[in-house]
Formats: sequence, C-alpha cells, structure tokens
Amino acid sequence: MRKIVENFTVISNEACNLTNFHITLQSDHPLAEVFPGQFTNIEIPDNKDVFLRRPFSIFEVNNENRTISVLVKVLGRGSLTLSEVRTGSRLSLIYPLGKGFTLPAPDERILAVGGGSGVAPVLHLVRYAEANPGSADVILGAKSETEHLNAIDSYGKYAGLHYTTDDGTMGVKGLVTDHPLFGDLARYDRIYACGPLPMMKAVAREAFRAGVSCEVSLENLMACGFGVCLCCIEPTVKGNLCVCTEGPVFNINDLKW
Amino acid sequence: MVNLSVKIKDLALKNPVMTASGCSGFGEELADFYDVSQLGAILLKGITPRNRDGNLYPRMAETASGMLNAVGLQNKGVDYFISEIYPRIKNYDTNLIVNVNGSTVEEYIEVTEKINELDRVTAMELNISCPNVKEGGMAFGVSCPSAEYVTREIRKVYDKTLIVKLSPNVTDVTEIAKAVEAQGADSVSLVNTFLGMAIDSETRKPLLSTITGGLSGPAIKPIALRMVWQVSNAVKIPVIGLGGIMNAADAIEFLLAGASAVQVGTAIFKDPRIPLQIIDGIENYLQRHHFNDISQLIGGLQV
Ligand SMILES: Cc1cc2nc3c(=O)[nH]c(=O)nc-3n(C[C@H](O)[C@H](O)[C@H](O)COP(=O)(O)OP(=O)(O)OC[C@H]3O[C@@H](n4cnc5c(N)ncnc54)[C@H](O)[C@@H]3O)c2cc1C
Ligand SMILES: Cc1cc2nc3c(=O)[nH]c(=O)nc-3n(C[C@H](O)[C@H](O)[C@H](O)COP(=O)(O)O)c2cc1C
Ligand code: FES
Repeated sequence: MRKIVENFTVISNEACNLTNFHITLQSDHPLAEVFPGQFTNIEIPDNKDVFLRRPFSIFEVNNENRTISVLVKVLGRGSLTLSEVRTGSRLSLIYPLGKGFTLPAPDERILAVGGGSGVAPVLHLVRYAEANPGSADVILGAKSETEHLNAIDSYGKYAGLHYTTDDGTMGVKGLVTDHPLFGDLARYDRIYACGPLPMMKAVAREAFRAGVSCEVSLENLMACGFGVCLCCIEPTVKGNLCVCTEGPVFNINDLKW
Repeated sequence: MVNLSVKIKDLALKNPVMTASGCSGFGEELADFYDVSQLGAILLKGITPRNRDGNLYPRMAETASGMLNAVGLQNKGVDYFISEIYPRIKNYDTNLIVNVNGSTVEEYIEVTEKINELDRVTAMELNISCPNVKEGGMAFGVSCPSAEYVTREIRKVYDKTLIVKLSPNVTDVTEIAKAVEAQGADSVSLVNTFLGMAIDSETRKPLLSTITGGLSGPAIKPIALRMVWQVSNAVKIPVIGLGGIMNAADAIEFLLAGASAVQVGTAIFKDPRIPLQIIDGIENYLQRHHFNDISQLIGGLQV
C-alpha cells in the first residue's frame, strides 16, 4: 500500500467542547483512499518541546473537497499545540496508516462504541459502511455532558445514536457497558470499540461473553507510525504485533486481554 | 555532474547516505513511500539466531530533541529472515547490509555464517553496542578484549565488508575502534544509542519497561560528531558516522569530521524522505562549493 507524507492546509479548527477540537485539513492533491480505523501521524508545528509526530484517527473524509479531519483531545503538549493551529497554516501529515476495521456486510447488524477521542473512527465506520439506524447502533460515552461532542447529530442517519455519561448529565448514567443495549448483544453480528483502554476491555468482555465478533482500535505509543521502529507493539496470540501496521484495529480473540 | 559514490572496502555506495539499523525496518516500509534504490544502502533491522520477542511495552519515550527506545532486538531470527524476508527485498537496487547480533560469540558466528551465503547482502554490521539486551550486545562493545575477540572470530568466517558498530557508552571510543581495526574490521560505524532514562514525575515510575534505554536523535549529535572526529583521526579504515543526523548540513558535518559515509536513524520517524533529501542536499552543497567529488569533503574540516 502506498503511504504519503504531505503538507495539508488547515481549513478549520473548531472547539467541540473544552478539550476536543475538530480540525479539517485540505490536500493540494486528490486524496489517497482512507478506510475507517486508519490514522494519520501529524507533525506538531512550532513546538520545540515536541520531537515526534502524534497519531490521530482519521474522522471525516471528503474526496470532493480533498479534506480529511481529525478530532483532537487535549492531553499533553503535542495535542495542546495542535488544538491551537490557525486556519490557513500548513501541517505535515503521513497517511493513510494502519489497517482499518473489518467492514460489515450489508445485512449485518453492528454496534459501535466510542469513548473520548475514540468517537472519530467509530463514526467514520458507520458513515463509510453506509449503515442506517435500522442496522447500526452507536454508543458514545463521556464523563459528563460537557465532554460530549456536539454537531454529530448528522450521524443519526447512519446509526441510532446513544449516549452515556459517568455523572448522568446526558443519556444513560454510567459506563458505556451500563447502556441497556448491552443487555442483548446477541442481536448484533459485529461490535466495534475505540476509546480508553478500560472501556475497550469492558466492551470486549461483554462481546466475548455474548459470543459476538468484536474489534477494538488500540492507541499504543508510537514513534514512527509506519512500521520501522517496533516501539508500538502489542502482545497477541500471534506474538508481538506492530500496532501501527498490523493494527491499530485488532480482533479481541487475538489479544491477550 | 558531481561524484557522490564512495567505497568502503568492497562495498560500493552510489552515495554516502544509508538508513540506520532499527530505523528502517527491512526497507519494505520505506518502499511504501519511495523507490529505495536511491539510497546508498539500507541497514536492516538487527537479526539474532532465533526469534526474539524484544522487551515489554512501553518501549519508547520522547525526550528533549530525541527519544529513548528499549526495543530489545525484536526479530524473528535469521532463518525466518532468509526464507521469508530476503526473497522479497533482494531485488532492491541498493546495498542491503545485515545488522548482526548475538548473546554469545557462537551466536554471532551462527548468524554471520548464514548471511555470508546471501549474494545480495553486500556487507554486515557487527552490532556490539545494543544497550537494550541483557546478554551480549553492548557488553561486547565496552571493553577492548571482548570487542577484539568477537571481531576476530567473525573475521574468520566472513569474507565481505565487515563493519563493526561501536557503542558510545565507553570512556575512550578510539581504543575500541583501534582494537577492532587490528582484528580485521573493514570499517567502524558509530554511534549506537547512549544509555539514558526517563521518569514520569507524577506516577513516580520509569517511562520505559526496562527503566533504561537508548537515547537517539538530535540530542546526541554533538557528542556523536566529536566521537566520529576522534575515531577518524585514530584509525585508517573508513568510518561511518551517525547520531542525530536530521538534514544535509548535519550529514556534511559528519563527512567533514572524517566520516566516509553516514547513516540516518531517528530522523526517519519524523519523515521517511529525509535520507533522500540529504542526498540531494549533499549534491547541492558540492555544486555550490565547486567540488566535483564527495571525497573532497571527507575529513575536510578546516582547523
Ligand atoms: C492509532 C492511534 C489513533 C489515535 N487517535 C486519536 C484521535 O483520534 N484523537 C485523539 O485525541 N487522540 C488519538 N490518539 C492518541 C493521541 O495520539 C495522543 O493523545 C497524543 O499523542 C498525545 O500527545 P501529547 O503530546 O498531547 O501528549 P504527551 O505530552 O506526549 O503525553 C501526555 C499524557 O498522555 C499520555 N499519552 C500520550 N500518548 C498517548 C497515547 N497514544 N495513548 C494513551 N495515552 C497517551 C502520556 O502517557 C501522558 O501521560 C490516537 C493514538 C493512536 C496510536
Ligand atoms: C527504535 C530504534 C531501534 C534501533 N535498533 C537498532 C538495531 O537493531 N541495531 C543497531 O545496531 N542499532 C539500532 N538502533 C540504533 C540506531 O541504528 C542508531 O545507531 C542510533 O539511533 C543513533 O542514530 P540516530 O540518532 O540517527 O537515530 C536503533 C535505534 C532506534 C531509535
Ligand atoms: S510506531 Fe514505529 S513501528 Fe509502530
């Protein structure tokens, strides 16, 4: 597969809430094909304290406008600098990286669960798969209403949208796995999850118990993002696998969780 | 037209820019981006006699102008390399150099004898400087007697160009360089990573699973450059310089300090095209300074 290093132009950077930013980037060239679950490694501009690039899942892709977007959650120095980029500035991206999710067959019912910044790949998935609310459910989890992303209502046409919050300020109170949809997982053919590790492990446990195929997207620390450094490995039943090339999406049966 | 080609014993390089071991996989990952035949050579990921899982995660930590790694020579072993990987990469029109590792001299010999048979592997780099393995590795590279011993034994079984990769974690790197030269090394490459560590002050835990790891990137460049200069003055065999090279100017500094060729490592993580940009930059520099041959630059430091 061809991978590209290219300068993109920031065409918008919107704060979704206090800690999440939606950054849209435009290429000078036609886009390479991007599958849901793939990511880009972004060079952090103008910050001498940040040496390496930072990986982010690709969220929205618009081939006509030659744009891709990322949802950036501010965690440390790199994501903070990125959240401050201005419209018109240029960012160096390496993309498309990693292997994405196994796409559902048209007649399969899916449940996609996203927490924190893990929302990006699961929403990309239901849109790319041209799913509909009859066949797909999405559960998005956050600590509180203020951490939920606004402006994703438009995804209602691809999936039933459900929310949980730890404090009960929006949707069901509790963790994603406390949502009533987890009461009957057997009606789904595939479950997908991306978000904080404890959340993915909880989803994986439920999916395993219900015997439903489940894929999760890991966020291991990365140096290169394209398979040369072997820093990002995850122990699996097939040995230590490279998350940036053999993942970031893994079937839970392959993981040693 | 300027001449960029250099020779290191029998190893003919179309230009002096190679990718460093452990930073360029088996070349295939770079071939996802561009035609790797433009490179002077690809130093393949370190190989051991048998499968090694490497160290536990986390294996890396970003530091000021660089990074620490604790990969620990993860690889599937020399037989897997020969049967599965070599057939896929052997037609790259560049030099393929195997980075040879072992925890005992017998293990080094085992890998060397096997790769000696591979036509398209034009040289080997004897790694006696990996700081991330418990046995062997750097232990061989930090004392003259052990460096001499392993070099002598490998020289007996290897006919092609033998490069010995030196550790900077020593009091006097020129002593080790002279010792391996005396045992028949055709070239020395330096530096491997510097032993370092990082701590998360909030959790009060080390950031690497192995506590200590190898420091690379621009942070180490001035020290690497100094060592390359010292070694170039101490030995007659060609020196290959590396450590923190990020651009053509950095590479030229190493050439001026006496290196006949350079390797690019950590910079590749930032942008895999950097080695190619360095080749162009060196060519451009030679033209700008009215040199017609790269040899006019090597050791050209004006003091
Ligand atoms: C394949 C992949 C996809 C990702 N997708 C997204 C995304 O769509 N949106 C998003 O906001 N983030 C995503 N991440 C995580 C993102 O890369 C990190 O949050 C970011 O690198 C942190 O950089 P920083 O400089 O802000 O933090 P640093 O200053 O480097 O670190 C701050 C703190 O965050 C922790 N941290 C750093 N990197 C990670 C990581 N990869 N995973 C968990 N903790 C980390 C550190 O241990 C430290 O405690 C993804 C990561 C991967 C590997
Ligand atoms: C992730 C990583 C893995 C490495 N693996 C090897 C290896 O297998 N064998 C080896 O001789 N050196 C290895 N090195 C050392 C590099 O080849 C090089 O000597 C060092 O990083 C200094 O150069 P740089 O600053 O350009 O990276 C590795 C370095 C890094 C960062
Ligand atoms: S991040 Fe370098 S191999 Fe995955």
